[in-house]
Amino acid sequence: MIATIDIEFTVNGKPVRISVPPRMTLVDCLRDMLGLTGSHIGCEHGVCGACSVMLDEVPIRSCLMFAVQADGAAVTTVEGLEGPDGKLSPLQEAFWDCHAMQCGYCTPGMLVAAQGLLDENPDPTADEIREAISSNLCRCTGYQQIVEAIQLAAQRMNEGPDHA
Amino acid sequence: MKAAEFEYFRPTTLDEACGLLADTGDDADRCLLAGGQTLVPMMAMRLARPTHLIDINRITELQGIRDLGGSVEIGAGTRQRAVEKDPITRRKLPLLAAALPHVGHHQTRNRGTVGGSIVLGDASAEIPLVALILNATLIIHRRDGRRETMADGFFEGPMMTALEPGDILTTIRFPVWDGTTGSAFHEVAPRKGDYALVSAGAQVALDANGTCIRAAIGVGGCAPTPLRLQAVEDALVGQRLTDALITQAIAPVPDLIDPESSVHASAAYRRRAAPQLVQRALLDALSEARP
Amino acid sequence: MPDDRPAASNYRYISQPRRTKEDKRFITGRGAFVQDVQLAHTKHIALVASPYPRASILSIDTSAALAMDGVLDVITGAELAEHTDRLYHGVDLPNVRWHPLAVDMTRYAGEWVAAVIADSRYIAEDAAELVEVDYEPLDAAIGIEKVMQPDAPLVHPDHGSNILLKKKFVWGAVDDDFAAAEHTISYRARWGRSSAVPIETFGVITRWSEKDEMLEVWASIQMPQYQEQIADALRIPLNAVRVHNYIDVGGSYGVKRGIKQTVLSGYAARKLGCPVRLIEDRIDNMSGGDAHGPDRLFDVTLAYNGDGLIRSMKMRVVDDVGAYPGRSIQQLGKPISALCGPYRMSSIEYDVTSVTSNKTSQVAVRGFGQAPTNFALETGVEKIARRLGLDRTEIRRRNFIRHDEFPWKIPSGTAYDSGDYHTVLDKAMRFAGWDALIAQRDAARAEGRLVGLGIATCLEPGGGNNIFEHLLNEKIQITTFVESALLKIDGQGQVTVAISTHTAGQGHQTLAATVAGEELERDPDGIRVVHLDSLEALPTRGPVASRMAIMLGSAVSKAARRLRNRMIHIAAHDLAVADTEVEYADGEFTVRGDPTRKRSWLEIVFIAHRQLHRMPPDTEPGLQTIEVHAVPGGGKLPNEKGEVQIYPCFSFQAHIPLVEIDRVTGQVEILDYAVAHDCGTVINPKIVRGMMMGGIGHGIGAALYEKFDYTEDGQLLSGTFLDYLLPSAHEIPDIRDTEHCTPSPLTSHGQKGSGEGGYLGAPAALASAVNDALAPLDIAITELPMRLADIEAALHIHATPVPETAP
Repeated sequence: MIATIDIEFTVNGKPVRISVPPRMTLVDCLRDMLGLTGSHIGCEHGVCGACSVMLDEVPIRSCLMFAVQADGAAVTTVEGLEGPDGKLSPLQEAFWDCHAMQCGYCTPGMLVAAQGLLDENPDPTADEIREAISSNLCRCTGYQQIVEAIQLAAQRMNEGPDHA
Repeated sequence: MKAAEFEYFRPTTLDEACGLLADTGDDADRCLLAGGQTLVPMMAMRLARPTHLIDINRITELQGIRDLGGSVEIGAGTRQRAVEKDPITRRKLPLLAAALPHVGHHQTRNRGTVGGSIVLGDASAEIPLVALILNATLIIHRRDGRRETMADGFFEGPMMTALEPGDILTTIRFPVWDGTTGSAFHEVAPRKGDYALVSAGAQVALDANGTCIRAAIGVGGCAPTPLRLQAVEDALVGQRLTDALITQAIAPVPDLIDPESSVHASAAYRRRAAPQLVQRALLDALSEARP
Repeated sequence: MPDDRPAASNYRYISQPRRTKEDKRFITGRGAFVQDVQLAHTKHIALVASPYPRASILSIDTSAALAMDGVLDVITGAELAEHTDRLYHGVDLPNVRWHPLAVDMTRYAGEWVAAVIADSRYIAEDAAELVEVDYEPLDAAIGIEKVMQPDAPLVHPDHGSNILLKKKFVWGAVDDDFAAAEHTISYRARWGRSSAVPIETFGVITRWSEKDEMLEVWASIQMPQYQEQIADALRIPLNAVRVHNYIDVGGSYGVKRGIKQTVLSGYAARKLGCPVRLIEDRIDNMSGGDAHGPDRLFDVTLAYNGDGLIRSMKMRVVDDVGAYPGRSIQQLGKPISALCGPYRMSSIEYDVTSVTSNKTSQVAVRGFGQAPTNFALETGVEKIARRLGLDRTEIRRRNFIRHDEFPWKIPSGTAYDSGDYHTVLDKAMRFAGWDALIAQRDAARAEGRLVGLGIATCLEPGGGNNIFEHLLNEKIQITTFVESALLKIDGQGQVTVAISTHTAGQGHQTLAATVAGEELERDPDGIRVVHLDSLEALPTRGPVASRMAIMLGSAVSKAARRLRNRMIHIAAHDLAVADTEVEYADGEFTVRGDPTRKRSWLEIVFIAHRQLHRMPPDTEPGLQTIEVHAVPGGGKLPNEKGEVQIYPCFSFQAHIPLVEIDRVTGQVEILDYAVAHDCGTVINPKIVRGMMMGGIGHGIGAALYEKFDYTEDGQLLSGTFLDYLLPSAHEIPDIRDTEHCTPSPLTSHGQKGSGEGGYLGAPAALASAVNDALAPLDIAITELPMRLADIEAALHIHATPVPETAP
């Protein structure tokens, strides 16, 4: 048995100090050790994107990282997208308004991918939206209402905080 | 799909990494971990089972994009997405800029590295193909020294390169073409972002009269390694590039390549598609050179 | 039911674009998926799978695995077969034995042979590698026609052949109709092996309680008779099984049947005295999960006249169900509901053969066989149109059942409830801009581009009267297909609806709350919907067969109306007037013509719960009711001609895609996709639209990208997401949709099913478009999926040969 390794990082703004086996993936660590079960496992070979989280502010596949690699990093999961008082982000509100999901399994990863897009490009075209979410597979929605939700969120965010 | 056990190392300097890799004479299977976008799935499927995983993501010497005028140096550990977004790439390495959006997806490019793709040496991968077309210089370090080698000759076989045990690819130096140039990259993949079935990259330089003075053309997915199409280049250099000339120049392509069949495309498919993709790339490169 | 429903816009909650109840937990990452369930002392299973398509198991040595730290047990097929009963098939197959782990012989590459139970999945996988299985590889039976050859290896030797079922049905005067028809056309169509492949794999956790002598089950499940099969296999009473139905299922579309996984887990949990967790990884799922879809070869002959009217059809189907059929043979029977689609043909011959092979087993997939059938039928309609030079929309118009002819009985005895196919097709064409799309196509063709416009008009049967099971196996005499709702208004006046099954994204909580809210005139946002576990549950068939809006909607509606009427009765009694003198609106019970005399919702609630002295003598205290709703048209066996009403309600869609084929690469780009859908009254438009879009996306996958490819000797080539290609946001285009509403006379609010329709029409529509694009070259493709290499090969074969000059 290989010894565990101590790591320190932040998850959704909170500091975490744990000891992890080297081969434990970041997604398994988040889910099983930290109880953050919002990030989901769909393939474990980096194709479906259900495990997407933000690492140092960019979306990545957490099944393709070992938890030890997150040492010193800032991780944001779906649980961290809402405000500290539980206020939903404009993107989450738009997903709800547009019913941009059905079973909800791909949704956390999709939200992270979409948030990553809007962080970088607050006024994306429909093509840019599809390009950004092409990292994340959804079997339920056919993507239509997801694209519409991201467009709606961008529109609301660009109109200003009073309109969101 | 959980990886087999391994010992984990995280060197912070290149010297330290070379030292860790250089230990030989035991049963250990040492492997470098960079972006992990290909290695980690293979470990999850237990097709790769390193006993010693050496994480080189913290080594700053492997990061960075440097414009040296006649060339651009990219640290092997630089994220594909950083290269994609850097203005230097668009200005000085347009062929690489054209190829990068085809490499996986946003999220994989956020972690995947330029060097990682090159040392994997997948004949269907875009970055090795670009490196070969431009004949990039590959700078390799090991514990007892450093050497430079060219992309031409580096890719030896399917997923096999000239890297020796103990080597670390540290920098890729891409030559910059001056003058009036145009480049283009085309690929066919089952879905956008998938491994290419066939890909073609082309870069041309024209003189003031519009005559082609330089051409570099290559294909991926058509042989055990990425392939440079010297014969096609020779047919174009010194000529005015017309549609007819290009059509003629691509005619020998099916005989220049040695594709294999896979579940998504037969060798025959690749043989038929390759010249057409080369043609498309050449026509686009040409129209970029002389808008 | 009277057909005097208010127009959709008159509903307060039904048909309104309201937010759903379910979405909040999903957008905040608070779904309760099976993998999220944390129970103390849980152990984990990893599986040992056979690499061979067919092999004898000579021995299994588990000693090295057992010796590993953290490993509790290794279970083999022999042990399971001794302590559990075999799993069900849908038809009589006594010599086709199916157990969760292979016994003596493995029958497909990926079949599970042993299960390691350990402290973590990581350790279990380490130990699984140490299990030594000695196989003797044997020749495999692969190939849908090859397996029927007399010399083919037998998948189940004791069964004596690879044919599991062969049945022919003849409804109406087929021979006469064929003799009278002016023309016939025969063709072959092939539906390749794909499946639903949800993003969440199947998973189950079981825990045996010695104290209660009960098995608790948490699973990502979507199937009727789940607890029954578990109980039977584990040899425990049905009321010793408690399936927790609150678990969120990460997509299913039919495929999450999970029986063998649950029996394995349940057996281990009881044996080891701890909860046992089996979560399939993607490789387990794709090859070993027994969740492949229909794999069909159709030979169809249509008899038609010169005006395009189709009089009769002979449809022969062979379906390769893989090694262990389970319920997949039934998947040949469901299409009897709508074999002729929306067309008025007067007789049908349906000849079905189910074969077994050394491939992964087949399971129910969205539509339960209707999608391949629609594809096969529409292929013929297109061919006839081309042969006659008839416009492809005109031929459909001529063959459609007319709006005023409903209910329309098809040859196999099912009556279609309602429809207005002509109007919806017209709407689709206007909305799509048919003429402009034709012009666009023609202009592109003039430039030498391969552009095609497709059309498909298909039905979605809904409601779930599975009497076709009897048609395939007369010993099955099951005619009860119901769905239940329990409705209560508590002492505080809050409304709670309890449903008896699980949800996989279809929005059942929203459905139930919306219908209850509509009937009770209470805001659905304040109505709580809970899932009863299987012990508490009332009779249910689960969310299959596009039935929940029809069945659960109707059950909730009846229950809510009953409670409303009971409250009116209580109010009338308290106000000393007849029931008919009390009007109910918005929580107030008012004497007609005297607005000063009324009772409020809360007053009635208090009387009902706490004031027996004010209650009418014939009324039970409290406010609760159960409704067990039977499927409309059900409860009957077929007559002597084999005619019977199968599903009650029929939704309709018209799909119009425009595609372009890249001559060089063979890739299909969808330039435009328009659809008109008619599922009667829409309970929640966002849910319905979402499912339709998703169904189309799924259909695009089946038509253009997805296949479980096998080598000739039975190795699965597409066993991960690297090779099994689910469409991303690039492959599925913007889809434009419009709708029509032809209510069903058979449901509470005119609602029909809507969860499958996109998938049932899109593959046919895309085949139509691709073939339209290739028509100028005289190329026809009748096999799905139409992948880029297939199309390019077809183009290449038909390319004008370039004259060769002598060297």
